[in-house]
Amino acid sequence: MAQPKTLFDKIWESHVVDVQEDGTCLLYIDRQIIHEITSAQAFEGLREAGRKVRRPEAQLLVPDHNVPTTDRSLPIENEESRIQIDLLKENAEAFGLPYIELNDIRQGIVHVIGPEQGFTLPGLTMACGDSHTSTHGAFGCLAFGIGTSEVEHVLATQSLIQRPAKNMRVTVDGALPQGVVAKDLALAIIGAIGTAGGTGCVIEYAGKAVEDLSMEGRMTLCNMTIEGGARAGLVAPDQATFDYVKGRPMAPKGAAWEQAEAYWRTLPSDPGAEYDKEVTIAADSIEPQVTWGTSPEMVLPISGSVPDPSGEDDGNRRRSLERAIDYMGLEAGQALTDIRVDRVFIGSCTNSRIEDLRAAAAVARGRSIAAGVHAMVVPGSGLVKHQAEEEGLDAVFKEAGFDWREPGCSMCIAMNGDMLQPGERSASTSNRNFEGRQGPGGRTHLMSPAMAAAAAVNGRLSDHRQLL
Amino acid sequence: MEKFNTLQGIAAPFPMVNVDTDRIIPARFLKTIKKTGLGKNLFNELRYNEDGSEKPEFILNKPAYREARILVAGDNFGCGSSREHAPWALIDFGIRCVIAPSFADIFNNNASKNGMLLIALPQETVDRLMEDAEKGGNARLSVDLEKQQIVRPDGEVIDFDIDPFKKHCLLNGLDDIALTLQKDDRIGAFEEARKAAQPWA
Ligand code: SF4
Repeated sequence: MAQPKTLFDKIWESHVVDVQEDGTCLLYIDRQIIHEITSAQAFEGLREAGRKVRRPEAQLLVPDHNVPTTDRSLPIENEESRIQIDLLKENAEAFGLPYIELNDIRQGIVHVIGPEQGFTLPGLTMACGDSHTSTHGAFGCLAFGIGTSEVEHVLATQSLIQRPAKNMRVTVDGALPQGVVAKDLALAIIGAIGTAGGTGCVIEYAGKAVEDLSMEGRMTLCNMTIEGGARAGLVAPDQATFDYVKGRPMAPKGAAWEQAEAYWRTLPSDPGAEYDKEVTIAADSIEPQVTWGTSPEMVLPISGSVPDPSGEDDGNRRRSLERAIDYMGLEAGQALTDIRVDRVFIGSCTNSRIEDLRAAAAVARGRSIAAGVHAMVVPGSGLVKHQAEEEGLDAVFKEAGFDWREPGCSMCIAMNGDMLQPGERSASTSNRNFEGRQGPGGRTHLMSPAMAAAAAVNGRLSDHRQLL
Repeated sequence: MEKFNTLQGIAAPFPMVNVDTDRIIPARFLKTIKKTGLGKNLFNELRYNEDGSEKPEFILNKPAYREARILVAGDNFGCGSSREHAPWALIDFGIRCVIAPSFADIFNNNASKNGMLLIALPQETVDRLMEDAEKGGNARLSVDLEKQQIVRPDGEVIDFDIDPFKKHCLLNGLDDIALTLQKDDRIGAFEEARKAAQPWA
């Protein structure tokens, strides 16, 4: 019998165009999503070399990182942002590429709209100049975050030069407790393996708790994979995947659908497939998580308290803990639930889908945000926003005192003017708590949407389960 | 892409672990549509005060290190985002080589595509080079990519490993796209076969 293969092996092998003597592969890339921040220099490179885009229909362009989340009928105030967004459109036109306008209802964050449009499909390879491209792995799609030179490479050749990754499996046994969601799982995994735990690997998530996740939850989980240092995350496609994809505008239809689905059913890892690295986590031991420091691995259950660096033997690690505590304006031993917040951000490609907004709204419903707190909800796409409005979630948020915004990356990366002031502290559903990520001197605590809503209501980090 | 053969220069000690791309170049400087000019905002938050004046205690602001060409860095250097602005900023400042116990994957790819050499060495070896770097302007390191060697100021030679394909591209300043386009026929044949087998893809 043939050697049992992992999901990753199957997708990888079916995309290898060429292997060099040293093992480096030329890997075919089926799809690329392009946004305004990491593409200008790539198109400039094509022009300089007189090169064309090899497969225009395999690209999808949309502005998201740098777009205003306020009234879209007004011109974009920041000149540099406007130049970047205009240039994306110009490049789409010049090279004849599919493009979603800023004012199109389909506009949104690259990693929200790919799945939403059915551009993301199981078994494909995908690339995007944003590290959280790992999100698309939720569909069993091998998706890599790439740099601008590689964006140019994909445009010109529809391929990437890559070395095979190692196979790592994270198995989450059992069921997540009530009120514990994909974001908590993602953070708990990073806490367990560290930010370099997956270096050189593609992580396949498996086990009952993963199978039980909705597609939104799987996207949250795969999204955060990159914070564990891995190249990509994957979840085996199953009925939930097919149900989500079916009927999406760019998904296969009719006979092609039948053919595709039959193929997708062959993708899950074979029994007995071997992994280079295995980690097992018990779902029932996970509590709602929050980060306390300046790296996603600096994470604890909400019942915890800020660690004491004096217990750390390794000098470099101790200094990094001390620096994080100092930067975050905290004290060793302080209870996490005593940390007050100034700002709350519900959004980003990690947590801005309809399920996320519903979870946050369930906490916000009939309550008001604490005095002195500014809280905003930024839906992941125009379609998410529209659906939320159909369900009346916008009214729930507005009545509670949240700002209801237009879709984009917003305060996840703080390029568009939505940002923290120095020293301000946020409860954020995004994916990175690095120093200055949400604005110079800003302090970020990462958590799930319901936890962020609870922080908004209480004005401090809180266990949302006490509000349900 | 600029070739990388040998490099002799001042090495700056940068022992911080998990230096992320936001720290290398904060997101608000990514609004540029060019590759050049980012060097002045390299390590912006560590390097400048809020009023824009330099922090004298920051390593690259010290007279001995203003011309540094090499960084000796902590573990997991370059983690975080896929922004190529991180290597662009380092290169624009003048850093052509980073030595550390490990690098984040995407950063690793991005660096070599811009003619920057990343050398991963065991922690003990990096520690010794860190000591050299701390000696400032008197302690130049030499890096020879062809021989895969670093020469310490005291003459000791340290060998390093590098992916042979990366080495080849760096030594010859080869542009990946030109190399791949030589395989155009193979990509075409692959596409035809794929279209037949998986028309939806
Ligand atoms: S929301 Fe944040 S992480 Fe996601 S694509 Fe935008 S900037 Fe990147």
